Order: sequence, then C-alpha cells, then structure tokens
Amino acid sequence: MGSEARPFFAPVPKASGWRLFLKTVVARAYPRVVGQQRERSWIFFDVFLSILAVSAYVFVYRAIGAPEEYVGFVVVGGAMTAFWLNVLWSMSSQLYWEKESGNLALYIMAPNSMMAILLGMALGGIIATALRAAAILLVGSLLFHVQYAVGNLPALVVVFLLTLAALYGLGMMSASLFLLWGREAWHLANLAQEPIYLLSGFYFPVKNLGFWVAVAASIIPLTLGLDAMRQLLFPSGAALGFLTVPVEVAVLAVLCVLFLVAARWLLGYMERMAIREGRLLESRR
Amino acid sequence: MSTPPIYQSTNLPKTRSAAWRSFRIATWLGWQIESNWTDPILFAIYSMLKPLASAAILVVMYGVITNGQFENPIFPYIYLGNAFYIYVGAVMTGVSWAVIDDREHYRTLKYIYVAPIRLPAYWLGRGVARFLTGSFAVFITLAAGVLFLHVPFHPARVDWPLFLLSLMLGVVMLALMGLVLASISLMIAHHFFLIGEAVAGALYLLSGAIFPLEVLPPWLRPLGFAMPITYWLELIRRSLLGDLARGFPTLSGFNNGQLLGILTGLSVLFGLLAAVTYRLCDLQAREKGLIDQTTNY
Repeated sequence: MGSEARPFFAPVPKASGWRLFLKTVVARAYPRVVGQQRERSWIFFDVFLSILAVSAYVFVYRAIGAPEEYVGFVVVGGAMTAFWLNVLWSMSSQLYWEKESGNLALYIMAPNSMMAILLGMALGGIIATALRAAAILLVGSLLFHVQYAVGNLPALVVVFLLTLAALYGLGMMSASLFLLWGREAWHLANLAQEPIYLLSGFYFPVKNLGFWVAVAASIIPLTLGLDAMRQLLFPSGAALGFLTVPVEVAVLAVLCVLFLVAARWLLGYMERMAIREGRLLESRR
Repeated sequence: MSTPPIYQSTNLPKTRSAAWRSFRIATWLGWQIESNWTDPILFAIYSMLKPLASAAILVVMYGVITNGQFENPIFPYIYLGNAFYIYVGAVMTGVSWAVIDDREHYRTLKYIYVAPIRLPAYWLGRGVARFLTGSFAVFITLAAGVLFLHVPFHPARVDWPLFLLSLMLGVVMLALMGLVLASISLMIAHHFFLIGEAVAGALYLLSGAIFPLEVLPPWLRPLGFAMPITYWLELIRRSLLGDLARGFPTLSGFNNGQLLGILTGLSVLFGLLAAVTYRLCDLQAREKGLIDQTTNY
C-alpha cells in the first residue's frame, strides 16, 4: 500500500484560552442539562413538592379570605423556590459534594479554569431549573386560575435574567465558602431554606416585613427580583411593591457584578488555602 | 492459671432484650450524628431558626391579610397545627432517613445487618434524636406564639391528660409511619431520599394542619379524613384550646373519646402495615442484593 500508515495514537488538537474556557463551560453544563432530565423522579419530586407547598399556602390564603392576587404571588414565589433550591444544593454545596466524590482534585489538576466550571454549573443549573420552574408556574396557574396582566414584557424578561445572573453569582461565590465549611455545609444549606423564604418574601410582598428588614434581605437577589416580577405581573403588584422597578433593576445589576467578582476572588483564596492545608482530598463523614 | 478468653460472649447483658439494646444504642448514635457537627450554641440556633422561620411565614401571611387580628380563632388553629406538624417531619423522616444514611453515606448498613440487633428497633432509635430536636422546635415555636402573638394558652385550662395521651399516641403513630417508609427505603436508590419529604408535604396539605379541611376541594377531603394526623392534630388543638378548637366544623361531630378511638385504630393499622412492609421489603432487598448497594447520587 502506498499510503502512509495511520498513527496508532492521533494527537487531539488542544484548546486553550477562551476556547478552552467555553469548552469547559459547555462540558460542565452538559450533565446538568441532560443528566437531570434523564432522572425522571427528580423532575417529578421537584415539581410535586413545590406544588404541595404552593397549594398549602394558597389554601391558607383562601381560609383567611385573602384577595385572589395573593394566590398569584404564592404561585410565582413557589416557582422561584426551584431556583433558590438549585443554587443552595447544586451550586453552593456543589464543590463540597465534588470533594466528597473525589472530583474536585481532578477539576483543579485539569488545565481549565475553575471559574469556567462554576459558570458551567450555573448555566446548566439555570436551564434545567427553568424547566421545573416553568412546570410549577404552569401547573400552579392552571390549578388555582391565576390571572396575569403583563404590561411590559421586555422589562419582565430583563428583571428575570438579572435576578438569575445575580442569584447564580451568589451561588458561585458561596460554593467556595461552603467548601471551606466542610461537612457543616449540608446543615447550612438546610438552614438557608425557610429563613430565606421568609426574608425574601417568597409567599407575601416583602414590603410587609418593614423597610430595613427588606433592605437587609435585598442582599439575596430573589428578594428584589421577585418583588419586581410581581409588580410587572399583577395589576396590584405596584401598590404592594417595595421599591420601584427601575431601582430594583439597578440594585440587581450591582449585585451581579459584586457577586461575580467576589466569586472569582474567593475561588482563588479557597484553592490556595485548600492546597496549602491539604484539604482537597479529605472526606469527613 | 487460665487466660481470659479474647472474646467474651457474655458481654451483652442478658436481662435486656435485643430490641431494647438496639433502640438504646441507636438513640445514642442518632444523637451523635445529629448534633456533633458543630458546637452546642450553633446547634441550638440551627434547631430554632428553621421552625421559627416556617411559623413566621404563616404569621406574616396572616398578619398581612387580617391586619394583625391574631385573636381570631383561625389564628391559633393555624399556628398550633403548624407547630405540632414539626413532629411529622422530624419523627417520620428521622426514622426512614436512617436507611439511606447508613447505606449510602456511612456505608454501614451491611454491618448493621450482621450485628446482633433488631433492625426496626434500631431505626426507631435513630428517629429519637430527631424527635428530641423536634420537641425543642415545637416548644420554641409555641413559646414564641404565646409570648409574642397572643396564642391563647392557659396552663390551668389545658386538658393535660388528653394532651399527653394524644401526643404519645401521635408520636407512636408517626414512628410507625416512619417504619413503613424506612422499609420502602431499603428497596430504593439514594436519589429517592425525597420520599420522606414528599409524604410529609402531602400530609401537610391533606391533614388540615394549617387550614380547615373544608377549604380543600371536595374530592380531596376524603383523603384528609383517612389520615390519622388529621385526628391527632384535632385532639392536640382541643386539649390545648378547649372550646375554641371545637368551633371548626371539620370534626365537630366527634367527641374526644371517638377521636382517640379513631387515632388508636389507625395507629394499630399502621403498626400492622409497618410489620408487613418490613417483612416484604427486607426479603426483597436481601433477595436482590440491595443491602450494600451504593447508588452514589
């Protein structure tokens, strides 16, 4: 044969720079988007449990004779719990889980950016969770006959995207913190559910907590995001809103930048500290 | 001179049954697992914050709509139901979670199986720690309600025998429901850990814990009447609130004796169900080699 023999081992072209960064983001997002949809029971439980909670709060409002728009507030809040739970359990706690399962050391050893891994986790989480949130919103709205009055759709989309960007930025930032806290992470994530539902006004307008409590709670992006979305979704939303929508959008934009910068700094700190103290491979059960 | 045997089989006290020994040791183990991850102060804050936040969500919702009319009888109905419902999640999930925890997290279920213990008693013991932390949460929630929200609680007017009897029956009933879930957990993978939360969530909705059953759609109400927790919460409310609790029509046709009878009957039913489920699931889990499976989710 005249042709040259094919080498047994063909070198794979290596990506670097931004190309590697993007490939890492896609690679880490892939299991989030595809893997989570494969496990049907998770989809069922995620939607079913949220609908149960939403239904319970809707029936409480009905038992005490609340106006019908409060039912809508609960349904929207219930849908957004999916994102908060995803940030808590699949962003903040994720590096800790990765350490426990032995992946974290591989991530750090591989020639990719840890920021890209966190970003991939966030993007994958947003897409996978958006499907669940949409299902909760749809089922809740149909079950309880929620009426929406969207006057400004572009503003609603901007608020929603900014809220998610800031929220997942918070998740990326807290992933490093949770890793340093070790096995307390599980308890801390568990602790950050009901208190945040309360402070962020998942089931009632946050304005009712009082000005300063609402200001303090605004560090959680869902507080202002939910408030702005309700103002844009319901006719009485503006009257029950905490701040005006433009102010809330501006604060959310600042939170986005703040959390992403903090995430990058904390990630570097965590890596240095974990390597120095040799805690990357420890597994404390 | 004879040397003492390396292994003394008489180390185990013969006067105590294997079930009691299993229960006692599991109780100690459960407490260690629950509490030793942090210092006592942080643990106390952790145990208080979650239930208080859950109660506060309902309080704010109620306050917003009624402009703070906390003297209305519906408020103590909601508040007490929510407070005592803490036991449902704590006891039921506490018992059933032990299976997943031992099998997947600590990977010790196979060793527990070969140890000279009674498994159902061991699971019940593992639930005791959650019962204790749950009791603390219930107490704190009640205290906050009485001190800050005018929940009507007058120790002299409380029907203490009815309260203690109902509480005891209820906890036993919840532990038996937890045993059913624990047995089922032997057959399922780690990622189904949400089964306990799903059952607790469904019961929260169906048992009239935070609203009278009349608010539910008519087709859902029969499910509520089939749940022992419905009768248990009614008894707790009646023992603590007296006539105030009788004002709601859901179970007004039943006197306390009838409610106790229904609760006892349903608890016995769950006891039988727990025994049957354990036998079936244990057999299947051994048959299919699931005792030491690690699904690694």
